[in-house]
Amino acid sequence: MDGFVAIYIFMLAAFTGYEVISRVPVILHTPLMSGSNFVHGVVLVGGMIALGQAETPLEQAIGFVAVLLGAANAAGGYVVTERMLAMFKAKEKN
Amino acid sequence: MAIKWLIDASYFFAAILFILGLKGMSSPVSARKGIVWAGVGMVLATVVTFLTPGMNNFALMIIAIAIGGALAWISGKKVAMTDMPQMVAIYNGMGGGAAAAIAAVEFARGEMHGMVVTLLATLGALIGAVSFAGSVVAWAKLQGVMKKAFRLPAQNGVNILLALVTVGVGAAIVIAPEIDSTLVGAFFILALVLGTVITLPIGGADMPVVISLFNAFTGLAVGFEGFVMGIPALIIAGIVVGAAGTLLTQLMAKAMNRPISNILFVPMAAAGGGEAVEGEQKEVGAMDAAAMMRYASKVIIVPGYGMAVAGAQHKVWEMTELLEEAGVEVSFAIHPVAGRMPGHMNVLLAEAGVPYDKIFDLEEINGDFPQADVALVIGANDVVNPSARTDKSSPIFGMPILNADMAQNVIVVKRGKGTGYSGIENALFYKDNTRLLYGSAQQAIGEVIQHVKALSV
Repeated sequence: MDGFVAIYIFMLAAFTGYEVISRVPVILHTPLMSGSNFVHGVVLVGGMIALGQAETPLEQAIGFVAVLLGAANAAGGYVVTERMLAMFKAKEKN
Repeated sequence: MAIKWLIDASYFFAAILFILGLKGMSSPVSARKGIVWAGVGMVLATVVTFLTPGMNNFALMIIAIAIGGALAWISGKKVAMTDMPQMVAIYNGMGGGAAAAIAAVEFARGEMHGMVVTLLATLGALIGAVSFAGSVVAWAKLQGVMKKAFRLPAQNGVNILLALVTVGVGAAIVIAPEIDSTLVGAFFILALVLGTVITLPIGGADMPVVISLFNAFTGLAVGFEGFVMGIPALIIAGIVVGAAGTLLTQLMAKAMNRPISNILFVPMAAAGGGEAVEGEQKEVGAMDAAAMMRYASKVIIVPGYGMAVAGAQHKVWEMTELLEEAGVEVSFAIHPVAGRMPGHMNVLLAEAGVPYDKIFDLEEINGDFPQADVALVIGANDVVNPSARTDKSSPIFGMPILNADMAQNVIVVKRGKGTGYSGIENALFYKDNTRLLYGSAQQAIGEVIQHVKALSV
């Protein structure tokens, strides 16, 4: 990837992250932390590609660990966030 | 090539879903939709990755996803709401570990081109490994596996030295013309030790801020590895989380009046003891406590983590309903750091069925305490300690507190006479208008309920 394009992506993403969170009420801090924890679970994709390109047993072993940990991050992050937010939803109906 | 286009378009779409999802999660109305959108993005990104040309090891991949995903899914479904913070910590640590492992695979393949790519891979590995080791320690502490804060002599010196050595080895890897596997191995070990040593001395009360910090770290590590592998979806998701997590960490640290540097380098207990408190604690029985609240016109409940640990939130809500039937106005006052993370107490109360409109933030309710006949403090301690306003030598001086001491009467539900989580003496417990109701929150509130019922017949 071209160096400057990468820096632009970095900068815009950083501003986006800052803006998205800046007006969040305190009651949602915990679910939001959990939700952002889920979003970086996309590291799973990187792990899959690393494992997909692995050749030696050592590379395969470390790649396997990367996918395992990434999948746990994504799946666990989703479940706990969803559980917390589900309770907020239920209250809104009342 | 059509496949390549499909994959890139899907990653792009996933990145948009992640951002919209996070945006949705910042309001209670759209929060549920937000996580579902982000979830769709995740599934999309994962599925198209299988189509990447030239990949091998699909069997290993599927086994790893099945094991990791299933274990995390089941543990996430089972965990109690009170234990949520350490679950977030451990899942976050796994993300950091995954980012570090990706870097390790790239080092092992030795196909990194250019110093910038090697630098980013090294940075991502360092941050990811620190986040992994630190999050595991944070989990162990909150889970109670590791009981005591463990402090080395000259802790800060050790931290700085270790950090310098680690960065030095990292720099050597970046500068070296070929990847040196001995250096890489030493680098990963150093980074893991660094993460552990930094986190060990941090006290339990500061842990949420640290978990949030590691969450931001993992985001950055994922973003850096995204650069190395040339996957924009990873870059965007990682950096967005890195920035959002940094802001969230600052908000939490501000709510606790503890700068992040203090949390990392100054242990709470060593920050000075504060003045000794004069007077004695005056006890009250469940029956009198019930009468005080039953015949009050306004009661403010201040719940703390102690209530949640005792699992008393359902009982507290039952008592609230009884009091309201008797015509008492009841509201809940939530300190920004009540529970183990900001917003944690709101989640716990929501679980018990307490509606939104009874729950108030510190700024909203602090002015109401002087008009309250009773402030009922359940399992909370430091967040109602008036020393934070008055005693300059107190370690918590300057922290915003709930002004429970300004209520006409204060009832404190407490297990025993000891000091709280932070070990700081609380002047509120010794005030003339304060009465202590000893017992576990579950049992004490249960008794109060019986007496309120008796009074209402």
